[in-house]
Amino acid sequence: MVLAGVSVLVFSLIHLVRGDPVRLALGTRYSQEAYDALRARNGLDQPLVEQYFRWAGRALTGDLGVSFRSGEPVTVLIGERLPATLTLAFAAILLALLIAVPLGTLSALRPRSLTDRVATVISQIGISVPDFWLAIVLILVFAGTLGWLPSGGYVPLGEDPLGWLQRLILPAIAVGVVSGSVITRFVRSSVLEALGSDHVRTAQAKGLPERQVLGWHVLRNALLPLVTVTGVQLAYLLSGVVVVEIVFSWPGLGQLALQSVEARDYPVLQGAILLFAFVFLVINLLVDLLYSRIDPRIRR
Amino acid sequence: MSAPVLDVEDLRVQLRTPRGTAHVVNGLTYSVGPGETVAVVGESGSGKSVSVLALLGLLPDRVATVSGRALLHGEDLLSMPPERLRQVRGPGAGMVFQDPMTSLNPVLTIGKQIVEGLRAHSDMSTAVARRRAAELLGEVGLPDPERVLDRYPHELSGGMRQRVVIAIALSNSPALLIADEATTALDVTVQAQIIDLVEQLQSDHGTGVIWITHDLGVVAGIADRVLVMYGGRCVEDGTVDDVLEHPVHPYTRGLLGSLPDLATPLGPDGEVPDLVTVPGLPPPPTDLPAGCVFWPRCPVRGDTRCETEQPPLVEIADGHSGHRGRELPHRAATWCAEAAHE
Amino acid sequence: MTAPAEPVALAPARPRWRETLGLLARNRTALVAALVLLAIILVAIFDETFAPQGANEQDIDNRLQAPSWSHLFGTDDLGRDILSRVILGASVSLKVGFLSVGLAMVGGTIIGLIAGFYGRWVDDTLMRIMDMLFAFPAVLLAIAILAIRGPGTSNTIIAIAIVYVPIFARVTRASVLGVREEVYVRASRSVGASDFRLITRHVLPNAAPPIIVQASISLAFAVLAEAALSFLGLGTQPPNPSWGLMLAEGRGYIDLAWWLAFFPGMAIVITVLCFNLLGDGLRDVLDPRQRTLMAGGGR
Repeated sequence: MVLAGVSVLVFSLIHLVRGDPVRLALGTRYSQEAYDALRARNGLDQPLVEQYFRWAGRALTGDLGVSFRSGEPVTVLIGERLPATLTLAFAAILLALLIAVPLGTLSALRPRSLTDRVATVISQIGISVPDFWLAIVLILVFAGTLGWLPSGGYVPLGEDPLGWLQRLILPAIAVGVVSGSVITRFVRSSVLEALGSDHVRTAQAKGLPERQVLGWHVLRNALLPLVTVTGVQLAYLLSGVVVVEIVFSWPGLGQLALQSVEARDYPVLQGAILLFAFVFLVINLLVDLLYSRIDPRIRR
Repeated sequence: MSAPVLDVEDLRVQLRTPRGTAHVVNGLTYSVGPGETVAVVGESGSGKSVSVLALLGLLPDRVATVSGRALLHGEDLLSMPPERLRQVRGPGAGMVFQDPMTSLNPVLTIGKQIVEGLRAHSDMSTAVARRRAAELLGEVGLPDPERVLDRYPHELSGGMRQRVVIAIALSNSPALLIADEATTALDVTVQAQIIDLVEQLQSDHGTGVIWITHDLGVVAGIADRVLVMYGGRCVEDGTVDDVLEHPVHPYTRGLLGSLPDLATPLGPDGEVPDLVTVPGLPPPPTDLPAGCVFWPRCPVRGDTRCETEQPPLVEIADGHSGHRGRELPHRAATWCAEAAHE
Repeated sequence: MTAPAEPVALAPARPRWRETLGLLARNRTALVAALVLLAIILVAIFDETFAPQGANEQDIDNRLQAPSWSHLFGTDDLGRDILSRVILGASVSLKVGFLSVGLAMVGGTIIGLIAGFYGRWVDDTLMRIMDMLFAFPAVLLAIAILAIRGPGTSNTIIAIAIVYVPIFARVTRASVLGVREEVYVRASRSVGASDFRLITRHVLPNAAPPIIVQASISLAFAVLAEAALSFLGLGTQPPNPSWGLMLAEGRGYIDLAWWLAFFPGMAIVITVLCFNLLGDGLRDVLDPRQRTLMAGGGR
């Protein structure tokens, strides 16, 4: 239902964009006939409402139309770019989790200690840094000055695993820092809250060893909501990587979307945005489902 | 006279707060015998909960300073090494807290929560522990124990949850059970059931019970002895009969006087007499008065020393001997006993 | 005896502003952040006074100079003084930030109030629309809006405002739902208080704290968003200085002249950081539970 609304929104937005795609696609010199032909071919001469239904109808069957610029089917274009974006997003989240969860937990276990203070400062800076600036700085330091890692591009895993990894590290860090900071703060507050809860006191009063209390009663309860937070971050990341993709010349969906905006390539833009919104909704749904499976309070 | 299960001597607890050091418990001395129920009564903030948490080392080290001695079967809880204290918690003393919903871990099954307590202090296998857990649930009066083991806390009613908590507290057969406002969060009818249950278990196992409450009705129902706390100290203690029927300390008298009593006669115009209240609020633990703790609110103020000196806890002349032949003195920390005693 | 004009029903303890500020001041980090922000805002308002040179004074002979005494932040590829551009960029970024969040706040709050207060189908429709906007990835929505209206600072403000309206609507609505069923509201209503009065005197003061906290958080992200959009070329257009734009320009020269990108970037980081720290401090102070903890209540 929401998706339908989104699709309407997408469609109307795109068509409100100034600039005639046909003219852009045809370049500087063209004949009136060529113009008319291209317009007709893409159904642009029909009334808007009809265009919408045509597009939506076809979209439901998986046909998102054809790019104005290149003539390739939109689905193909998106399919080419999607893996790159997905890889980046997942790598970033994984990196973020690997660092944030232990850091946040340690922070909570030793409040006001050096570890805690450092972690807090880092995470506060982390959410304040624009990811593209960080990307630039990383490139400067690691690719430029130190020359350790390449500054961009993408190589599929199958072809060159080492190259794939090398190219993935910097962008993943650039994107992951923000999410990592958010997650660190969340884990810290969640664990702190769990530590002070009554049932932890009961567990201690039972005479359970500290490690058992920590594992079974503190962390287990504190990390449950982490699922939701991670899901939200992931959804946000998938679309937010646009700018970083540009900086690293990462051939992903975000880059595609931006290019199609500039070229007024409606079908591609519509398809891309629709896909983003769709993925966003799907992730939210999955997160809700997952959470209801693991939290016994919601299960029944 | 049988050896006391718990012997507390001069327990003091200070807590570090943003507003300064709070002297929450100031020299508490009492003992609990086997099979005996001692009720600790006081307002919120009198230090009653903190005193028992301190006994089992459940106060965070960073903010709490505990001193004094607390001998559980001869071993001092307050100077034990942490690992030994951990071993004592459970088999030595079990605790039941106020709110059964938050005392139990919401994401673990009941069974798991009982079993882990059993296995932490023995080398039972999980299967054996489960059977024992089911037995315990039966003892506390839960129907269909096997099924309850696999349930989660939110699936049980408040009363049932509290029974589970009691089962957990008694699972390692401790000699002492501490109930901190264990019935405050429950309906009145359920309260009565829980109180009966504890009494039953106590007589079955000979457990000593410390029952913390602010409800004098509960005290009258089950306690053998009462300890009245105010401002972190004991201001009066003795048998239930002594304290409730012949209160000596002005504070105790105030507490008891504030109970509405159907037997109180109506006034000359037929109007209902006002409830006697103790005006004012307890002193903040960061700023205790120099003399008698109750002095700022005391309606009697019968002695000039009250303002500047701390009255010691002394025996009152007419102490009756309590049941089972024990000499149970009636003590109060006041110089105003003469004026109050009628 | 005449009935009181305004029911004596108990309203919740509204945060007293003086006490709030006092508590906030106790938090040293937030205090420092607030002061720094104040400084930045002052510089932004009086930008032309502070900037040693104009934003667009070119001096080709002195292009790409490293930071020196005459040019504290160095010069860019057209010889323009970077310090001045950063200062002037501050006014752009802050203007966009405050205006867009302000717009979003007003719009979102009104929508949230109406949705929460009147409920049922009004609520459903409004929230559906909000959900649709919300499902849009934020950056892309802004890009799309800018694509429609064309690039530029004012359009950026509108774009960011639209992106943030749903969040404010949700926050407000949540507060309204919580307050609506409170006894004192019903009491007021039973004495005949008008809807408007109810909203302004009871609902709004309760919704205010979370809205304010949300505003400070959103301000941080709005500044980041403006930078991102300008970086992509969709926001503030050259030759106007904007931190994001300067980053884009500086990117090409990153190995030659790191200062082109570094200083605007730092400016962004510091500003956003201060907004975030302030927001954290505000959240601690305005959340009722935390507040009692801080004010020294409890045992």
